[in-house]
Amino acid sequence: MKPYKVPPIKSSEITPKALFDARRKFMRMAGGAGLAALLPAAAWAGDKLPDIKKSAYNVAEALTPFKDVTQYNNFYEFGTGKDDPAAKAGRMKTRPWTVTVDGAVNKAKVFDIDELLKLAPLEERVYRLRCVEAWSMVVPWVGFSLAELIKRVEPTGNAKFVELVSLHDPAQMPGQKSAVLEWPYREGLRIDEAMHPLTLLTVGLYGEVLPNQNGAPIRIVLPWKYGFKSTKSIVGIRFVEKQPVSSWMKAGPAEYGFYANVNPEVDHPRWSQAKERRIGEFLKRKTLMFNGYADQVGQLYAGMDLQANF
Amino acid sequence: MQVWIYRLIFKMATLKNLPNKTLAGVKAAVFVLGLIPVFKLAYGAYADSLGANPIEKITHVTGYWTLTFLLITLSATPLRRLTDWSWWIRLRRMLGLFAFFYGCLHFLAYLVLDQFFDWDSIAKDILKRPYITVGFPAFLLMIPLAITSNDAMMRRLGGKRWRLLHKLVYPCAIGGVVHYWWLVKKDLTNPIAFAVLLALLLSVRAGHWLVNAH
Repeated sequence: MKPYKVPPIKSSEITPKALFDARRKFMRMAGGAGLAALLPAAAWAGDKLPDIKKSAYNVAEALTPFKDVTQYNNFYEFGTGKDDPAAKAGRMKTRPWTVTVDGAVNKAKVFDIDELLKLAPLEERVYRLRCVEAWSMVVPWVGFSLAELIKRVEPTGNAKFVELVSLHDPAQMPGQKSAVLEWPYREGLRIDEAMHPLTLLTVGLYGEVLPNQNGAPIRIVLPWKYGFKSTKSIVGIRFVEKQPVSSWMKAGPAEYGFYANVNPEVDHPRWSQAKERRIGEFLKRKTLMFNGYADQVGQLYAGMDLQANF
Repeated sequence: MQVWIYRLIFKMATLKNLPNKTLAGVKAAVFVLGLIPVFKLAYGAYADSLGANPIEKITHVTGYWTLTFLLITLSATPLRRLTDWSWWIRLRRMLGLFAFFYGCLHFLAYLVLDQFFDWDSIAKDILKRPYITVGFPAFLLMIPLAITSNDAMMRRLGGKRWRLLHKLVYPCAIGGVVHYWWLVKKDLTNPIAFAVLLALLLSVRAGHWLVNAH
């Protein structure tokens, strides 16, 4: 049997490269335009967020590289290893997504995430991030003050505290199959802490849509508190009269308090908080009171015993 | 090659003792295997692939292998009692020295990389941090064991005293596991695994001691 040979193609039948490329470009443009009409402007990790204002909240310290900010995470919903979130958060669906804002407010509302993104102008803020494990980063977050949202729902006189609740879905969040913490992840703030302009409702970092492993699609960032207070992948914001009990307070009441303000003078019972390792640096640096935000937030805690209210 | 490996495994599983030549080969293989973690770390440091916090990574990996080699070392006696393999006991010295080797690297990682000779911080850690209060002496206990691990020291001490001294490996291993247990933030999976294995290894000894005492 004769081996089959591919018949040669006449050179006249071959599409010239320039034409081929032009057609590809046209298809991309047409497809892109079609998709853009269907989708919101920026929804997926890696997309650039539009119209970001510069803000006055900028720490004049070297930024922690994007790679480290997005590869070294504590997000127990995806596992307790630092590299678990980057490896496993990809499957989390961030659309559709709603945030239920209710409790002691006049205008309780279920916000769609794309509505929240347009609620107030987005601004970039470069904040220090201090983990309770004594390491730290400097991150350019994108978002707006939580106060912008709070004003719109009109808290009543009974709204003394705010409870933040993360997504609970073990199918998407494999770490929730383990009882390492009580799920859903809960955190709490005093209403004046929640209203403080530094409290950032965050939807991005490095000018891009928040990567899943950093708490997409929406999270809180509280730069003067240990990182675990900065609740990720939020689905609920509830205004309450009594001080909420957070997941970490339940997990270790002697080790994790309600306030969790960064304080070099109050050690974690098992390790020192006097110093921290800035990611990327060799020598440890001294930890600053309220993580360097004492001028802005110090008055919130005036007269309080910070040893007792840790 | 495959046949050769099967033959070796079969030989090892059925023989009480291995011929000297085979034992030398097994020892060489264990020596090379034991160095893999440190070579991986060294390569990671060179290639900058130890992640965002390389100091933490080096400290954790060397600590993990210290405990792992301690447990493997402690498995020698129970394995001999349960299986009749006495050749395994002839690997024990090298395994114990690997535990000491990784323990030294772990301690050096803490001293040089983590604290950078900040003696004040180190002293406070030892006094105030329970996991270091128990981990530091556990490391110190390994030093006399490593020093007296050679044949000359065994002869000088005499078998009885040598065996008594080397019982220090028990508090050392317990201290190491407690050190790990107390330092993790919340997820106790790995410390529990080490604790269960250590409890198993110690209970085999306790059982043996009880049977012999009565």
